[in-house]
Amino acid sequence: MNWGSWSNFWAMGGYGLYVWGSYAVTVLFMLTEIVLLLQRKKSIMQFLARMPRNHYGGVKDETET
Amino acid sequence: MGTINWFKYSSPQTFFPLAGRLIPWFAVLALVLCMWGLYIGFLVAPTDAQQGEAYRIIFIHVPAAWMSMFIYLVMAFWAGIGLVLNTRLSSMMATALAPTGAMFTFLALWTGALWGKPTWGTWWVWDARLTSELILLFLYLGFMALQAAIDDPRRADKAGAVLALTGVVNIPIIYFSVKWWNTLHQGASVSLMAAPTMAKTMLLGMLIMALGFWMYSLAAVLARVRSIILERERHTEWVAEYVGARK
Repeated sequence: MNWGSWSNFWAMGGYGLYVWGSYAVTVLFMLTEIVLLLQRKKSIMQFLARMPRNHYGGVKDETET
Repeated sequence: MGTINWFKYSSPQTFFPLAGRLIPWFAVLALVLCMWGLYIGFLVAPTDAQQGEAYRIIFIHVPAAWMSMFIYLVMAFWAGIGLVLNTRLSSMMATALAPTGAMFTFLALWTGALWGKPTWGTWWVWDARLTSELILLFLYLGFMALQAAIDDPRRADKAGAVLALTGVVNIPIIYFSVKWWNTLHQGASVSLMAAPTMAKTMLLGMLIMALGFWMYSLAAVLARVRSIILERERHTEWVAEYVGARK
């Protein structure tokens, strides 16, 4: 497939809004999921490092059974 | 000798480092496959005779729709195993799969709407394929909301499993909807029974993107299940040792 120029490529034969609207939202969601996953890992690690200990060395909190 | 004890990895403690080692491989594979798929999709595959360039949405629409159904089946499978065998890790896997499955369901609907507008003249119709896919999104969101609403994780696992297993009935409905009912949505271009009805390069690009999305899902779900394991096993000695070693 030879597009000839960048403007032809972005235009997508007049369907640019639909094609790039699909791809942009897909990329946005995937990148957001990756950021949220990294944040979740960071936040649980910080929580675990901060909390008081039980006799196993694990976290002692209100749900301890 | 020479056999692997697979049950060893059914414990969160042994699965946690294994998942950590696998994630980078799946992530790299996802990136390479998606780049390759996009290259074929935009630079090799020709313009469609009927739809012009609008058809290029297919390279994410179909893989996202496949993942939305496949992830649901895997989620229901692990939820069911967790319910029957009472294995903690199985239920954690189910919980970890739901957000990624919901994301792909939304993306299938979103890209479908953006594809429907130029080709059918409408963003949305209440036909069997679209409606059953929307129900799939509600099943994922319902599963997540139900689990989030129950404080005791073991009870949340059980309640979620019942919902997930009930919802499995929707998957064949989505898949066969284009055969069972008259719908605006086109029939399957790729099926197990017949030869594909599309150009080879289009098909190749779509399959490679589907593999890329699959690898992405594996990386994302394994990353999420690692956080869930740490959250749920926070009282244990091995988690304390892991955190201690990371300080």
